[in-house]
Amino acid sequence: MRLGEPQAEACATRSGFTLGELMVAAAAREILDGEWVFVGMRLPLLAFLVAKRLHAPRAVGLYENGVIRVDPAPEMLYTMADPPNQRGATYCGEMTRVMSLLQQGCVDVGFLGAAEVDRHGNLNSTWGRRDGQVVRLPGSGGAGDIACLAKRTVVLMAHQPHRLVERVGYVTSPGYGTGGDWRSAIGLRAGSGPAAILTTMGVLRFDETGDAYLASVHPGVAVGQVVANTGWKLRVAADLGETPAPSAAELGVIREFDPEGFWTRQP
Amino acid sequence: MAIEQNSKLLTMGEAIARYVPSGSSVLMGAAMEQLIPFAAGHELIRQDRRDLTLIGPISDILFDQLIGAGCVARVEAAWVGNVSAGVGYNLRRATEQGVPRPVEMIDYTNFTVALALHAAALGVPFLPTRSTLGSDVLARNPHLVEFRSPVGGEKLVAVEALAPDVAILHVQRADAQGNAHAWGGLGVQIDGARAARRVILVAEEIVEPEVIASDPNRTEIPGMLVSAVVHEPWGAHPSPVQGYYGRDHAFFHEYHERSRKREDFENWLREWVLGVENRAGYLERLGAERRGTLGVREHAWSAAVDFGY
Repeated sequence: MRLGEPQAEACATRSGFTLGELMVAAAAREILDGEWVFVGMRLPLLAFLVAKRLHAPRAVGLYENGVIRVDPAPEMLYTMADPPNQRGATYCGEMTRVMSLLQQGCVDVGFLGAAEVDRHGNLNSTWGRRDGQVVRLPGSGGAGDIACLAKRTVVLMAHQPHRLVERVGYVTSPGYGTGGDWRSAIGLRAGSGPAAILTTMGVLRFDETGDAYLASVHPGVAVGQVVANTGWKLRVAADLGETPAPSAAELGVIREFDPEGFWTRQP
Repeated sequence: MAIEQNSKLLTMGEAIARYVPSGSSVLMGAAMEQLIPFAAGHELIRQDRRDLTLIGPISDILFDQLIGAGCVARVEAAWVGNVSAGVGYNLRRATEQGVPRPVEMIDYTNFTVALALHAAALGVPFLPTRSTLGSDVLARNPHLVEFRSPVGGEKLVAVEALAPDVAILHVQRADAQGNAHAWGGLGVQIDGARAARRVILVAEEIVEPEVIASDPNRTEIPGMLVSAVVHEPWGAHPSPVQGYYGRDHAFFHEYHERSRKREDFENWLREWVLGVENRAGYLERLGAERRGTLGVREHAWSAAVDFGY
């Protein structure tokens, strides 16, 4: 995702870091040491670099074009097939050689973006609707595969009421379906599913029934603002916290790899 | 270089004219974001192909350009857009307004595209997967069918085999027979070559057969599968080719801005496709200076392997 909200600028002027940087740092913390990570595109490309450098040096990155990396790429990436991501890779080859590991259930966490998400973490990136008009979106790419097959997923989204909806109009990437034991009932692995939705306002997590609640708000964001910008009646955690600001070390890595702010300092 | 008598070398114009009639189903962008055969796609537009079915996992902006040029009736893909910039405006106009013509979308995921091609490559009617269970991709794509596994009884999805009429595949180097070396992430390129009824191979370099034969494990595509070989240096620009040139990020972002409005896209198309005779004309427009900034800055040769005995 790229940021296009007024919050981005407010965040930057207030605190010495941008909203994009906050989200990258939050995403990086979702990666634990030693995990196999389906890295995906955009902000998560940076999050993987931060995690590898700081707290998850043994994490492994998998890319659906057919690349596996133990050592992260040495420079900024715009796509997973950029030459710096292929030189020095642990493996380069076919998509099925990477997707096979995903389908076996070996991938711990995958990152996803979408135009719409609902309270059960189902994602739509195919057919949207805006002002009563049908909108064609790019489609699944590998997102549907990752949502079905990874142990857990982390979603990055802009927080707007037309994006966080009660029920998505098209399920590109299944989350917890209609809740409860829906995933195992339709044939997906029990215990898999979305772990968090990192938005431009806060972090949503899921209870045991697969229903999302607000777990933390970003610095300077009011709870009421988050609830008002969510398309369903969002529950708020009793122990609601504030999303930790990116540390100096995290900001250092982000700015080393994205010196122009292409991903993290969008207007 | 001495060309053998039975060489398959053709110009891009000849290869498209001979092997890709209107109405064909065409696999392109099989290696994902690198090795995208833009030169071939632009020749399809210049030769005014109509009613094509585009097949691929993703294609970055190539599918958007062909849709905007009115060449496409149907897309069977996982993703159509602009990878580093966002949506594909021509895709939106075609699907939302029928401009310049309506396009039918058959949505897959990356993995199910790979399995559909792999099934065709294996010569079986389908392959099973757990992916897409519970999704509307499964519900709406007639080539994905839920079933109970005859072994163990689990719910699975049958991905129907998909055999494109033509695969257009860009590689780093090939000989005149189409024996091809490719490296970097290869996406679904290897299965694509085996699944398609015909293969048009586009190569940055044509080398002697001994070069290819020296490293058979790197021969991703054997020449016996190939109908035509096109020597087209820089034929994948603006996508990258490992060891030859990097990704022209600015080109993708310029295209994003210039395809937002239909009229601007038509100007873009005249400038970069219709207004140039062939790839040489495109490269002249691109300019030596811009190409210079994209070239390899630091070589990184792999170590040789010993096939001796």
